[in-house]
Amino acid sequence: MSVEPKADVEIVRAPRGWRRIRGMAMWMGAFAVVELQKLRHDRTELLTRLVQPALWLLIFGQTFSRLHVIDTGHVPYLAFLAPGIIAQSALFISIFYGIQIIWDRDAGILAKLMVTPAPASALITGKAFAAGVRSVVQVIGVVALAYLLGVHMTVNPLRILGAMGVVVLGAAFFACLSMTLAGLVRNRDRLMGIGQAITMPLFFASNALYPVDVMPRWLRWLSAVNPLSYEVNALRGLLIGSPTNGILDITVLVLAAVAGIAMASALLRRLVR
Amino acid sequence: MTTPLAIDCQHLTHRYGHFTAVDDFSLQVRCGETVGLLGPNGAGKTTVVRVLTTLTPVQRGEVYVFGLDSRRHTMDIRHNIGYVPQQLSIESALTGRQNVELFARLYDVPRGQRSDRVDEALRAMQLLGVADGLAGTYSGGMVRRLELAQALVNRPSLLILDEPTVGLDPIARDSVWTQVGRMQDDFGMTVLLTTHYMQEADALCDRVALMHHGQLQAVGSPAELKQTVSPDATLEDVFRHYAGSDLAEDNSQTGLRAVRSSRRTARRVG
Repeated sequence: MSVEPKADVEIVRAPRGWRRIRGMAMWMGAFAVVELQKLRHDRTELLTRLVQPALWLLIFGQTFSRLHVIDTGHVPYLAFLAPGIIAQSALFISIFYGIQIIWDRDAGILAKLMVTPAPASALITGKAFAAGVRSVVQVIGVVALAYLLGVHMTVNPLRILGAMGVVVLGAAFFACLSMTLAGLVRNRDRLMGIGQAITMPLFFASNALYPVDVMPRWLRWLSAVNPLSYEVNALRGLLIGSPTNGILDITVLVLAAVAGIAMASALLRRLVR
Repeated sequence: MTTPLAIDCQHLTHRYGHFTAVDDFSLQVRCGETVGLLGPNGAGKTTVVRVLTTLTPVQRGEVYVFGLDSRRHTMDIRHNIGYVPQQLSIESALTGRQNVELFARLYDVPRGQRSDRVDEALRAMQLLGVADGLAGTYSGGMVRRLELAQALVNRPSLLILDEPTVGLDPIARDSVWTQVGRMQDDFGMTVLLTTHYMQEADALCDRVALMHHGQLQAVGSPAELKQTVSPDATLEDVFRHYAGSDLAEDNSQTGLRAVRSSRRTARRVG
């Protein structure tokens, strides 16, 4: 052996106690900042994602407003529909985050990040936050379009901010659901199929397009365990003033997001093995 | 006080189902050494690297990094290593600087020093002038140097490089090794690398460990190993001597994934 051993190697220890909690917040922040930086470099994505909700409002919404087949009480159908479309857009954005994380795995990015001191939960939270930020733009777009279509939604900035918070929670849950599935199936093509298979049932088994009252009993049960319904309820309460149990809606969304982060984090290491 | 070994790997065995990827592998690396891990595709090098980086847990055997038990001190070990995987793994939608800043944050480089350390790593890899350009516009050699800047921003005591020059042209390869050598001189890092380029291993490594069928076949300085084969042997002859006749069989059975990965990297490098 030709090399003399070095005596001055300084071993760095991982933070412990409260410093670990501080570190956790910093790691989550680092991943969130990266996602914002990526969006800053390519803003076209935000604009193109607005096309689909706009088409739902313009084509589906306006047509069904004229048909008068869905009883929404005193609320015009377009006003009833708009919060549902916001939630649906967030769902469609988030449900494919699992594919992105498999792509990161295949590109070697995930392995490199998993070797850093940042825990899996920080990475998952960062991705969930990114799904939320991408979805928040839909709130602004759909509210603006709804105004152009003559729908009266709130102009209270606090309520709009509240709606953005609700969308972030909903998107975080569905992004984590997708990343959890990625950890289970570990294959991009398989996940694509599963994503497509579950998106429509999640959407139609919610109150996004029609009130729960018009659903058959079995579908009401599904709607009651579907976080999308609670997201839509909370958005309707904030944006069009519909009577809703806001505390229950937010609690369900917070619990779903936390459970989603925990599940996806637990399975992330399986993805790189 | 006795300085702990940088890597102390004892009787490491790792199985994927019924397939034994690493079989009773033992290797000690002293602080400041550069050690090359060589072997044909499917020899078990990447599994050893994955265990050493804590990406894969130790199944059987003992692994210590700077005296830290890999089973109990995973997070401590991660704070002390830098890792460059075989694939080109940068965020192409971020600038070079943002890519390095991310790793500075993840390795908890103090906020007051972060900017200087990022600049230092970029300067060392000769990327400071293009740091604010999108990494997606970088050439293959620049991407590799950017990955090295990411791995070095926390000034790791142990740098682990998994075939870092695969797919690079000779000039880019030289440039990568020059920068690694410079950083090693400056900070006295220990370096563990895997490579298929025997000339690189010969020129860069203090010692070379040869793996085949998951087992350590030989370990020693390039000169010592060459002597064991013949007085005028090259390291390539040593490689053939230990891994030799059944290479084709190995590649067809276990190397497909590695070959695909190398091809993917080579394609991205252009």
